[in-house]
Amino acid sequence: MQSIVSIKNLSKTYESGHQALHSVNLDIQSGEILALLGPNGAGKTTLISIICGIVSPTNGTVKVDGFDIISDYRKSRELIGLVPQELTLGAFDTVWNTINFSRGLFGKPKDHAYLEQLLKDLSLWDKKSNELRTLSGGMKRRVLIAKALSHEPRILFLDEPTAGVDVELRKDMWAIVEKLRQSGVTIILTTHYIEEAEEIADRVGVISDGKLLLVEDKHDLMQKLGKKQLIIELKEPVSELPESLASYDLELSKEGNLLTYTYDTKGEGTGITALLQAINDADSLALKDLQTTQSSLEEIFVNLVHSEDDV
Amino acid sequence: MNIHAVKAIYKFEMLRAWKTLFQSLASPVISTALYFVVFGSAIGSRIENIEGVSYGLFIVPGLTMLSVLTQSVANASFGIFFPKFTGSIYEVLSAPISSFEILIGYVGAAATKSLLIGLIILLTASFFVDLRIAHPVWMIAFLVLTCLSFSLFGFIIGLWAGNFEKLQVIPLLVITPLVFLGGSFYSVSMLPPFWQTVTLFNPVLYLVSGFRWSFFEVSDVSVGISLTMIVVFLVTCLGIVSWMFRTGYRLKQ
Ligand SMILES: Nc1ncnc2c1ncn2[C@@H]1O[C@H](COP(=O)(O)OP(=O)(O)OP(=O)(O)O)[C@@H](O)[C@H]1O
Ligand SMILES: [Mg+2]
Repeated sequence: MQSIVSIKNLSKTYESGHQALHSVNLDIQSGEILALLGPNGAGKTTLISIICGIVSPTNGTVKVDGFDIISDYRKSRELIGLVPQELTLGAFDTVWNTINFSRGLFGKPKDHAYLEQLLKDLSLWDKKSNELRTLSGGMKRRVLIAKALSHEPRILFLDEPTAGVDVELRKDMWAIVEKLRQSGVTIILTTHYIEEAEEIADRVGVISDGKLLLVEDKHDLMQKLGKKQLIIELKEPVSELPESLASYDLELSKEGNLLTYTYDTKGEGTGITALLQAINDADSLALKDLQTTQSSLEEIFVNLVHSEDDV
Repeated sequence: MNIHAVKAIYKFEMLRAWKTLFQSLASPVISTALYFVVFGSAIGSRIENIEGVSYGLFIVPGLTMLSVLTQSVANASFGIFFPKFTGSIYEVLSAPISSFEILIGYVGAAATKSLLIGLIILLTASFFVDLRIAHPVWMIAFLVLTCLSFSLFGFIIGLWAGNFEKLQVIPLLVITPLVFLGGSFYSVSMLPPFWQTVTLFNPVLYLVSGFRWSFFEVSDVSVGISLTMIVVFLVTCLGIVSWMFRTGYRLKQ
């Protein structure tokens, strides 16, 4: 796959002196869904704003489909649609006028049929003559999505699209994202919700404190950094473990009937076979049941961000 | 050139005025009518002709300028301030559009609106006095130049203003006094010599004087100087705006 957004050594220091991005390098693949995860103030919005031309970079370069975002801004911006984090909309304009405005701004001729379909897809068609200030928060969010898609962008940035959004709109939104992905649109979204990244992203980037800690295929990431646990249920509770099991990282539950074995999926061998053999050999233990669990992205994420803090 | 974008901004801004069409038109018409009743008829009937022009007629160009200036500044400053205030400006900043195109869209729309208002005021005036225009082409030229340069000035104020108070303070504290002291309602020659000199520093004097000349061929300063001053003002505003855009002043971090 070829990269559609290429970010090199991107840094940003705001006028206040605060450095929001530290030499970020990132290649976004054409057609993928990339989720940027990071706590408040990590620099997600700053990164997106620079790519879209709203904030000027202090250092580094960004190319969109080969076009530099500064020297070739017309070509790079034409390709991009942005749904901002905040509900930043006018007040007295109608839904229909505002999306026509957006389409025109991005240099596209009028297309009534396309915009009508867009509003219908977003369940906004019956609101087309409403003034923006009369819409609910969720509807405003839909309007922002409609504006971002009004010029048929090839890259879509969604800055925390599901903040303050109900289940139904969330579902609708993922349906739209899926449809867009199938039509070849590259999607970059930021989120605090790990399940969201887990659910829809192909790759996950983790930002903390202005640094891009990693970008990985979602499955690889969970495999690499995820911990697995094997839970062993015993027929008879025991008060302590036999000597032969002392070398294993085992935890005995209070009731004495559950053993938890934690292992890294990163490692070569998991040691499970040997452990089970040892349990089998121990006279005092009898196996009743086995169960494995895997850590979620959430735990991976918390681990990552915290280990960064410790450094 | 992204023509669609310029058109989009222009149309969007014009649409905003269209929705408040009644206020947009009623207020200049009513205030002009009031000025005529008060200054033209009531007080004006006791004032002798100025340079051969009856007082009621004499104030028409000044009156028109008063509205055109205030409306240009108000329209243009609000047009750019409001999206900045709501945050919806992000869209304009992220669009494939140059600063110059943004400027044409916003300032062009504001100037169009105030030009229309100017013409409507002249039309209203023609019901009260026997209006004659000696140089119609120059009249339109002065009007257009004024609309453009003061819309540009308003745009600068809209970019600069961080809140609604600041947005209103300039029109109130600067524009209105300049217009009243710029010979809108009197000939500068009626002032004591000291104040005549002071008035020469008032840019509005040149606008009103040139504009008035296009009607009655009487002026406080020569037409050439009037024209030069307007162009200087226009170029200065353009310079300030392009500096603001280049540095991303209050638009981009
Ligand atoms: N205009 C600005 N001027 C100064 N500092 C800013 C500005 N905008 C953002 N920052 C700072 O830059 C850092 C990154 O902000 P940013 O908005 O990019 O974070 P974020 O990852 O999007 O956070 P959130 O999840 O809360 O949206 C923060 O510390 C923030 O305070
Ligand atoms: Mg953010």
